[in-house]
Amino acid sequence: MQLSAKNLICRRGGRTVFSGLSFTVSQGEGLLLEGPNGTGKTSLLRILAGFGALEAGELELAGADDELTIGQRAHYLGHQNALKLALSVEENLSFWANFMGQPATASMIEQRLDAFNLGHLMSYSAGLLSAGQKRRLALSRLELVSRPIWLLDEPSVGLDTASCTLLAAAMRRHMEAGGLLIASTHLDLGLSFNHRLNLADLAEQTP
Amino acid sequence: MSMFWSLIRRDIVLTLRQGGGAGMALGFFLTVLVLLPLGIGPDLKFLQRLAPGALWITLLLSVLLSTDRIFAPDYEDGSLEIMTMGPMPLELVALAKSVAHWLGTGLPLAILAPGLGVLLNLDALLFGPILLAMVLGSLALSLLACLGAAVTVGLRRGGMIISLLILPLYVPVLIFGVSATNAITGVPELFGPSMLILTAISLASLVLAPIAAAAAIRAHMA
Repeated sequence: MQLSAKNLICRRGGRTVFSGLSFTVSQGEGLLLEGPNGTGKTSLLRILAGFGALEAGELELAGADDELTIGQRAHYLGHQNALKLALSVEENLSFWANFMGQPATASMIEQRLDAFNLGHLMSYSAGLLSAGQKRRLALSRLELVSRPIWLLDEPSVGLDTASCTLLAAAMRRHMEAGGLLIASTHLDLGLSFNHRLNLADLAEQTP
Repeated sequence: MSMFWSLIRRDIVLTLRQGGGAGMALGFFLTVLVLLPLGIGPDLKFLQRLAPGALWITLLLSVLLSTDRIFAPDYEDGSLEIMTMGPMPLELVALAKSVAHWLGTGLPLAILAPGLGVLLNLDALLFGPILLAMVLGSLALSLLACLGAAVTVGLRRGGMIISLLILPLYVPVLIFGVSATNAITGVPELFGPSMLILTAISLASLVLAPIAAAAAIRAHMA
């Protein structure tokens, strides 16, 4: 499977965020999006997930054997964690697993939570978790439901050093298993990405 | 199919735990029906004539009250974005949310209506018809409410605009609902046709509202 973009242009509110953006990511590879705030990292990830406004350009997913869209094959983790605070940690994960068509047993959920050091909080209400724990709970979803493409927008926000290591390990596992990873982060996670894209270079020069 | 049910189950669990949706609608329903006879006075004949219409209007307003919470929480915490990605079509997501809203709000109110109708001296002959008409009619109300919620998703205080947007769509439900309810004591021949039209409105909403709601959400996400 290979995801390639050619000459993407994104406009928001009359301003060109980026233009002429191209990249190719193959199976087992990672793409790191860099650039200061406002250069379109989030916009690009949203476009890839299927809910951003793409002005022009081509997005192609090659080597896929069915007709699913990129969004249907991808996990998107944005700034928000998509958690329900009135549900328990386990209920949150079990709902997403069911909704995404890959129902999970309690032991599978516990295993995924353990990978992010949350196993002991399984029956807690998600509303009682700290910001970092909520982020880890959102990250647990990525490996509970297997999807070949990960689109992560600042996945390390709110995480402590130990949790960042767990996140890097999960990202590495995903790539080793043949997954595609596209992430934006300001933090050095000690992960080697095959490709880097600096969006500041593609921003329209303001006169 | 299990995706569909899992969403319905989650939404119902959430309304039960948070109390905002179902609890509020039920409380409002009860409050109006308790206050109405106190305000109008003990004229039993007059109350009896008033009862079906008053019950229907109260049902309508109670459903409207919880409308802006159909999509807003999922929009605010990012869940709606993930739901947009699939694999379940967004139309089915909208349908599941409407059904959950109906099961959590409209249906309990419809079932309670005959019992609470006693407060308004509702004719015992009308208990059956009002239950039947309200169960059917409230399904249409929830589906249309979902459409209104989808159009206003992302607006901070969408409640008022939703009411204005979907009020015209609620009018036929109200007219034929009341006419089906009143038929037994008024013109019995009207019961059949009114129920048929009410069913038609519900079925049409069942097919069209989720499609329109999904289109509105997609347009908002882009």
